[in-house]
Amino acid sequence: MTPTGSKANGDQPRNILFHNARVVDPAQELDIAGGVLVQDGKITAVEAGLNAAPEGTELVNCGGKLICPGLIDMRVFTGEPGAEHRETLATASHAAAAGGVTTMICMPDTDPVIDDIALVDFVMRRARDTAIVRVLPMAAITRGLHGKEMTEIGLLSEAGAVGFTDGRNTITNAQVMRRAMTYARDFDAVIAHQTEDPDLKGDGVMNEGETSSRLGLIGIPVEAETVIVDRDLHLAELTSSKYHAAKISCEKSLDAISRAKNRGVSVTCGVSINHLCLNEHDVGAYRTFLKMSPPLRAESDRAAMVQGVADGLIDVIVSSHDPQDVETKRHPFAEAADGAVGLETLLSAALRMVHSGDCELREVLACMTINPAKILGLDAGTLIPGRPADLILVDADLPWAVKEQELHSRSKNTPFEGDRFLGRVLRTLVAGRTVYD
Amino acid sequence: MTALTNHTLDDFPHRHLLGIEELSAPDIIYLLDLAERQVEIGRKVEKKTNILRGRTQINLFFEASTRTQSSFEIAGKRLGADVMNMSVASSSVKKGETLLDTASTLNAMNPDILVVRHQSAGAVHLLAQKVECSVVNAGDGAHQHPTQALLDALTIRRHKGRLDNLIVAICGDIRHSRVARSNILLLNLLGARVRVIAPSTLLPAAVERLGVEVFTDMREGLEDADIVMMLRLQHERMGGSYAPSVREYFHFFGLDEDKLSYAADDALVMHPGPMNRGVEIDSAIADGPRSLIREQVEMGVAVRMAVLQVLGQAHT
Repeated sequence: MTPTGSKANGDQPRNILFHNARVVDPAQELDIAGGVLVQDGKITAVEAGLNAAPEGTELVNCGGKLICPGLIDMRVFTGEPGAEHRETLATASHAAAAGGVTTMICMPDTDPVIDDIALVDFVMRRARDTAIVRVLPMAAITRGLHGKEMTEIGLLSEAGAVGFTDGRNTITNAQVMRRAMTYARDFDAVIAHQTEDPDLKGDGVMNEGETSSRLGLIGIPVEAETVIVDRDLHLAELTSSKYHAAKISCEKSLDAISRAKNRGVSVTCGVSINHLCLNEHDVGAYRTFLKMSPPLRAESDRAAMVQGVADGLIDVIVSSHDPQDVETKRHPFAEAADGAVGLETLLSAALRMVHSGDCELREVLACMTINPAKILGLDAGTLIPGRPADLILVDADLPWAVKEQELHSRSKNTPFEGDRFLGRVLRTLVAGRTVYD
Repeated sequence: MTALTNHTLDDFPHRHLLGIEELSAPDIIYLLDLAERQVEIGRKVEKKTNILRGRTQINLFFEASTRTQSSFEIAGKRLGADVMNMSVASSSVKKGETLLDTASTLNAMNPDILVVRHQSAGAVHLLAQKVECSVVNAGDGAHQHPTQALLDALTIRRHKGRLDNLIVAICGDIRHSRVARSNILLLNLLGARVRVIAPSTLLPAAVERLGVEVFTDMREGLEDADIVMMLRLQHERMGGSYAPSVREYFHFFGLDEDKLSYAADDALVMHPGPMNRGVEIDSAIADGPRSLIREQVEMGVAVRMAVLQVLGQAHT
């Protein structure tokens, strides 16, 4: 499927040669010192030592800095339609551009829910007219996200939905899940699922353990996740469908997915950047910006997630960008909404794993470029000549501190407020247009 | 440990009292010593002092509580403060909004001390960040109830002369209890050996990491205990959700003469109230010679006077 959408405020595509760069493209297993030529919105050459271009081409001496494919963020919540005061597609796209995300996959948890082709069409038109990066919607698996009746998976796919998910919701009825998976297989549609059993979660608000007990908060055991992951893996095997565990958080889930992959089940999994960088102790004195679903887990689980990226067992890293405002976050912890913004800090936070020596740059970038592109069948996430020029220029060693008021997102609920990162996006191109500089 | 208590009011290094975790052992001993003197004031005919004269104390209760609220009210009045009670009926959804809106409204009235109870853990911390006066936590969700732990410690110390090396068994709904959490922290800090006794459904996760010995058999847990501290079990937790029935719970975890006989010969019985007679405790024991339950109420006023005094005097 060809990504659609995106233009608005970006300037016109120009021919640009990025030279003297470190060019990294996981799809080609490429890590070279060289240049990337962009012509007519497409990548036309990627070569070691490339430094000459036709007359009229803008020359950008990258000074050895990094050029890589623009990021694909497979899990982004916006407030459009329904909660535009938190985030519109436009404001989210500006945050994305600043964070090096050139393709946002939007979740169907809007008001109304994206469970109908008219809504898919609406989002794609709004994105085309207002957003500066590519925006592709996932549609709901079940009508109204109620977990009961399947949506029009075939028609929604034709309308442009790149995958199916019930967003923040978990389908508890195994029969409904089985049928949706079976039916989706006929359209080669991926089912991306939030895996948290609502009954085991109960009134839980953070990871279950010593920390929750000390804070007097109700805990959520990791088993709330693993019982659904295990069930889904059985169903994926049964139905031979494309299944994606959207946002796992614990070592036990990873073990189960590893075993399923070894058996040849068509399964992939994602993790949020928050679960790679933060743990339950970061909740501290009831910091509601660190309240999320699934909850931040123990340090051993966080370390296992990082190892999963290094091992290639985890396929996708997402921001799970979820704008919440003062009205939903400035509450006592148990009463505050889940979720954190993350589009703008996704890459910088992910580079932590590279700087710490836990992961190779190529492994980390693969989880945000070619891997999601492959799962969703997108013509993006790589610098192979002929592809759309979605790319980013990154200073991987630039120090900066997160200040919530400087974020482009309309909501400021970052869990990294005041944190320091090494590495920041300098320039973002979508289809050859500079959308952030 | 009493040697450590030679600091003065100005040395109490806290603006708020939000939980036991922020206190040191000397802080606690200091408050208990001060509370001993307040006990004497409470037993005089003339009980009013002018220690906090001109100060405004607001009791802000988002969760109904007759005894804690009146205890704080009497404590403030005996110190000469102007005390105002605010009971905020909690609407089901917008609790937090009410909390911060109420906080900013009250803050504009320039109170000196806010005494706050709220049904959500951490709510009192949140409020303390938004006001300029001292805040006393009168119970937040299942998190902390620091003045209850202080009054329990005072009661024990007056009868046993010490806290270190005493075996204190806390029995009942540990999972949902802020009283248990505050007591576990305080008793450990002062050197007591703390046990918890409950069915596993009423124990918090990783309870053994909180510095306690864990028992699910009450007779084993009470063996040689010096203090038996019973907790209230709410009726709604017994319809099969956490325990199957009242009669089953009382059979295994209700304090009666037989179970108490496993404790030390001079063991004393406590309960933070309000009691469910016949659910967690036999009436004969609650009203018997080994019960400290009524004295706990008296010590509650004294401890709260001590807390209000150090916060009210040191920081205004």
